[in-house]
Amino acid sequence: MAWTRDQMAGRAARELRDGFYVNLGIGIPTLVAGLVPPDIKVTFHSENGMLGMGPFPYEDEIDPDLINAGKQTITELPQTSYFSSAESFGMIRGGHIDLSILGGMQVAENGDLANWMVPGKMIKGMGGAMDLVAGVRRIVVVMEHTEKTGAPKFRRQCSLPLTGTAVVDLLITDLGVFEIDRKRGGAALTELAQGVSLDDIRARTDAQFAVKLPGG
Amino acid sequence: MQSKLYADASTALSGILFDGMSIMSGGFGLCGIPENLITALRDSGVKQLTVIGNNVGADDHGMWAVLANGQIKKVLASYVGENKILERLYMSNEIEIEFNPQGTLAERIRAGGAGIPAFFTRTGFGTAVAEGKETRQFDGENYVMETGLVADLSMVKAWKGDTEGNLVYRKTARNFNPMMATAGKITVAEVEHLVAPGELDPDAIHTPGIFVDRIFRGSNYVKHIERKTTRERPAAAASPVVT
Repeated sequence: MAWTRDQMAGRAARELRDGFYVNLGIGIPTLVAGLVPPDIKVTFHSENGMLGMGPFPYEDEIDPDLINAGKQTITELPQTSYFSSAESFGMIRGGHIDLSILGGMQVAENGDLANWMVPGKMIKGMGGAMDLVAGVRRIVVVMEHTEKTGAPKFRRQCSLPLTGTAVVDLLITDLGVFEIDRKRGGAALTELAQGVSLDDIRARTDAQFAVKLPGG
Repeated sequence: MQSKLYADASTALSGILFDGMSIMSGGFGLCGIPENLITALRDSGVKQLTVIGNNVGADDHGMWAVLANGQIKKVLASYVGENKILERLYMSNEIEIEFNPQGTLAERIRAGGAGIPAFFTRTGFGTAVAEGKETRQFDGENYVMETGLVADLSMVKAWKGDTEGNLVYRKTARNFNPMMATAGKITVAEVEHLVAPGELDPDAIHTPGIFVDRIFRGSNYVKHIERKTTRERPAAAASPVVT
């Protein structure tokens, strides 16, 4: 057993705090937008120039001038503002965004992240990922624990080209949660997904980590 | 008296284009792209272009047409997914791509237009993006030096504009257009609605006319949507029963 995509998104949603400005990456992180606890206020930032992203439109509300960073049609809210890409990344680089939840290809035990390029295979480009990890105050990565081949994605060092060095604060996989101290280095396992044992997770992890499970 | 007003895209580009030039083109994905100018650029046949933009169109749309016509030799972009021709040309070394982080690209253009030759950013430190670039520490943090960008021509798209070149963008179609308008040696703007001076609220102008050399009213906008995503309207609530 392990966590489903929805359960991973649900765990990521627990990182949201009242008043946060948040940027979500594509994939599982996008699901977090629908999981904001009702008693807190969170404002979503889209790096193509929007604060206060609303839900997807009804068919008759579609506006081609209104998309998110994943190029999906969206809607605005009463508190929405629009701005240029330069101002948008000023918000990111300037440390004004509280939290970003991103996908990952590989994470290293010191918080290095690789999520933009597979040499010889994928050449899409980094988009805003390098700016987000360099500028946002807290970075949460949500990814499958291993490749489809079973190869570990949480590693001593990344083998893929990096998006940023020592940038990840929290890693959520389908098997558990790791806190990373990116200032001093070092990772700790703090939660196990239901039905997953410590031995399971050790067998599928290349990174070294301490164990700080509740009650453990 | 000099006028910035032109009839259409091809006349607005007349006398400006030359082989080997650099061109900035506004838009994010296909949102806010100068559709009329891109078509006129393709029809002009001008070659060996360096194109600067967040993306290079998407399959069958936008700057893709200029790429498919073999007019581009180099691209500066942050994301080029959804573009099979570009992928093929890149893999076969027929085109050069310089990947820039999106915020670095935006800031390089902003800096270029503001007369700032270089700046330092944390973005990309310790990654392939920083290779060969000067790095420096400020307050114990590591930064990479990035240079400002200007282009021979900037092509931008706005929602409204007046004959003085003042521009107003709409929603997320703004994106890279405002910075690019400042960073072209010549800037040509196409607008959906062309109005007389005085009709735009001076307090609400996004790009002041000083940055715009030529302007025209575009036509036949397609505004293709890359990922149409909708939600279901909840079933109509039962009408309140009045008794």
